[in-house]
Amino acid sequence: MNWGEFFAMNGYASYIWGSYGMALLIFIIEIVMVRHRRALILQQLHLMRNAEDVMT
Amino acid sequence: MAINWFKYSSPSTFYKVAGKMVPWFAWSAAILFIAGLYIGFFVAPTDIQQSEAYRIMFIHVPASILSMFIYLIMAGYAALGLIFNTRLSSMMASALAPTGALLAFLSLWTGALWGKPMWGAWWVWDARLTSELILLFLYLGFIALHASIDDPRRADRASALLAIIGSVNVPIIYFSVQWWNTLHQGASVKFSGTSMHVAMQQGMYTMMLAVWLYAIAVSLLRVRSIILERESKAQWVSGLVEVRR
Repeated sequence: MNWGEFFAMNGYASYIWGSYGMALLIFIIEIVMVRHRRALILQQLHLMRNAEDVMT
Repeated sequence: MAINWFKYSSPSTFYKVAGKMVPWFAWSAAILFIAGLYIGFFVAPTDIQQSEAYRIMFIHVPASILSMFIYLIMAGYAALGLIFNTRLSSMMASALAPTGALLAFLSLWTGALWGKPMWGAWWVWDARLTSELILLFLYLGFIALHASIDDPRRADRASALLAIIGSVNVPIIYFSVQWWNTLHQGASVKFSGTSMHVAMQQGMYTMMLAVWLYAIAVSLLRVRSIILERESKAQWVSGLVEVRR
């Protein structure tokens, strides 16, 4: 079996790669969003802390 | 030996424990994804009836089962939060919802891409497909309801009720293929055994474990942010290394 034949998936390429492609996309988007959320809250906590330092 | 379980139900302790656990779950998930895809695409044989199209199973079945399982875990945490008034349980429920929703969507998407070549239709209003779509709406409803109430504790209680009532849908999804005449096939793996090829089973179970570990890793990562957001005024948060930097 060569790679061209493998990726052709006997005519089902678009269905199979469409499924796994979406899975990969969803996992990447979720990881990016979760990391972004963490970066946002940490940034906010820094700002809150700096504001307190200024006041005291 | 007495373990003080309530120690782990305090957000400050759990924040640190979760942080230590995330890399372990994430790396084991990554390794199992590679192993599962290898078995699924290079070891498992071509199916006699479905040719190569059946290989969608290795992502479709894990996504579908985990979407139902995560809902029950989410409803369980939400119920704990409602009964014992533990903040962390409610935060866990909120952390699980987006992952469950994405897996429910993935189940429907991969199902459509499998249905088209096998049934000739992307979508049919069959009991299995419809109840899974309702599961996605329940997840979205939970997230939207929680987000629409400003006071987090009130939001926890309201959305917990939705989660608990909605859990009646999970057995409906599971048994839909037995209760009604569905275009969707019945379970291939039963308690009484299976007719599936060994390599196909191994690929499916490996992928299921991989998705499971991934879901744990990403939910723990998310709950850490939720803890920080909701405890932002607590003394222990301002003492954290990542905050003091």
